[in-house]
Amino acid sequence: MSGWTFERPPALPLPQPSEESAPFWEALKERRLVVQRCAACGAISHPPRAKCGSCGAMEFVWQESEGRGEVHSYVITHQAVHPALRGYTPFATVEVALDEGVHITSNLIDTPPEQVAIGQRVQVEFLDVGEGVVLPVFRRRRGK
Amino acid sequence: MSFSNAVAVAGVGETDYSRDSGRTELALSLQAIGAALDDAGIAAAEVDGLMKWFVDTSSEAEVAVNLGIPDLAWFGEINQAGNVGAPLVAHAAAAIHAGLANTIVIYRGVNGRSGRRYGRGDVTGQGGRGAGAFTEPFGLLTPQHGLAMSARRRMFETGVTSRQFGQQAVIQRKHANRNPRATFHDRPLTLEDHQESRLIVDPFHLFDCCLESDGGGALVLTRPELARERRLDRPLALIRAAAQSGPGQSSPVRRTAARLFAMGGVERSDIDVVQIYDHFGPFVLFALEDYGFVEDAGHFVEDGGTMWDSGKLPVNTSGGHLSEVYLQGMNHLIEGVRQARGESTSQVPNAQLSFVDTGIGTGAVILERSEA
Ligand SMILES: [Zn+2]
Repeated sequence: MSGWTFERPPALPLPQPSEESAPFWEALKERRLVVQRCAACGAISHPPRAKCGSCGAMEFVWQESEGRGEVHSYVITHQAVHPALRGYTPFATVEVALDEGVHITSNLIDTPPEQVAIGQRVQVEFLDVGEGVVLPVFRRRRGK
Repeated sequence: MSFSNAVAVAGVGETDYSRDSGRTELALSLQAIGAALDDAGIAAAEVDGLMKWFVDTSSEAEVAVNLGIPDLAWFGEINQAGNVGAPLVAHAAAAIHAGLANTIVIYRGVNGRSGRRYGRGDVTGQGGRGAGAFTEPFGLLTPQHGLAMSARRRMFETGVTSRQFGQQAVIQRKHANRNPRATFHDRPLTLEDHQESRLIVDPFHLFDCCLESDGGGALVLTRPELARERRLDRPLALIRAAAQSGPGQSSPVRRTAARLFAMGGVERSDIDVVQIYDHFGPFVLFALEDYGFVEDAGHFVEDGGTMWDSGKLPVNTSGGHLSEVYLQGMNHLIEGVRQARGESTSQVPNAQLSFVDTGIGTGAVILERSEA
């Protein structure tokens, strides 16, 4: 694994929180990954929504995720199809299926693009990108 | 509920296709509309409805003024990306069927290569706002990024291969080589070319990706009796069925398919020729399975099943987005109409029912040949 470190392209957009999603981004600053849990039926949602998809309730609590999951799919950008990726290809983006049952888009910070694989177990980490923004990223997890 | 064949696509038209049109998007739109009206034998003053792609810049108001439409009874857009072709046809047909308008033109004109480029996220980027907050900061920046994510998962689940994607790209190129309008009319493609082409966004190779194009296209929808008054002495393409599945739905293809085939009262096996929205070629294979046309699209394509002359179910007979032009479904609708009228450059003999998907499930239509 030596010799490879994740470099985040500085021109990638930063998240612009909405009213619904602000608590998610706030929690990350405290190094907590949270997901929305319906106060009525307990269904978990991500990304945050205004109304529960299972029962229609509009009250939610924010539940801390264990931050564990597996790589559900991935893409590797080889050609800088967007100017923000210029000079940073190949660049891998992963879709992680969290054990709580929701999917989250992210990056692996310890895995070179050619080693990314579906089914890989992963664990959340927190990446401070400045300007008061912390992003949820993942690293490989040994065992389950 | 059905349209009972009460609405026809009476005319189709397009501009030349290029990488740099040298014209405004409005000029492209008007040129395509003129060609479609000529094709239908209908005068601009008879048009009482206009509909356009939401992402296009030429408004209904500008087009109405330039065409000299005296009384615009129906207009509208569908706020989605490029995948609105068949939904626009459904809306227009419903309006005509309900008596809200008689003759509706659906149009577009884009400088999609020389101007705002879809593939670069110029049109779709959200600057980290909305749903983009959860994808763009991690490098999912363009439509193809999200599509590559789902394609990779599908390969994992079904075992379909890049080589099989390549077979479809080769077949579509053969169709384009027969179509003088096609951007790649003069350029053959082999499976080796496909496999050796560079990766753009893995798993998509260069030749899995649609073109970027400048051009315009238009459709004229009207009542069959109004179309027949023109005595153009050629078949009409009637709208046998149309269906949509709203944005954000899971399994949109299966939902659209269920509604579409129920409305049309036909089976998959009754369909003679198919056009499928190929922003990325692999999705043609996925859609063939999800619409219920075939069980294993990878092997079907490998065996040449989608070739215009020798295949069991010819698919994307003009070359599609991969090899004809990227007009986001408009060219698929035009080709679907031509097949129903017997006018394709890769004509399927005796085609009666012509199927067109314009967005991997967002919408599809079945067109039916009706003799003059
Ligand atoms: Zn609930």
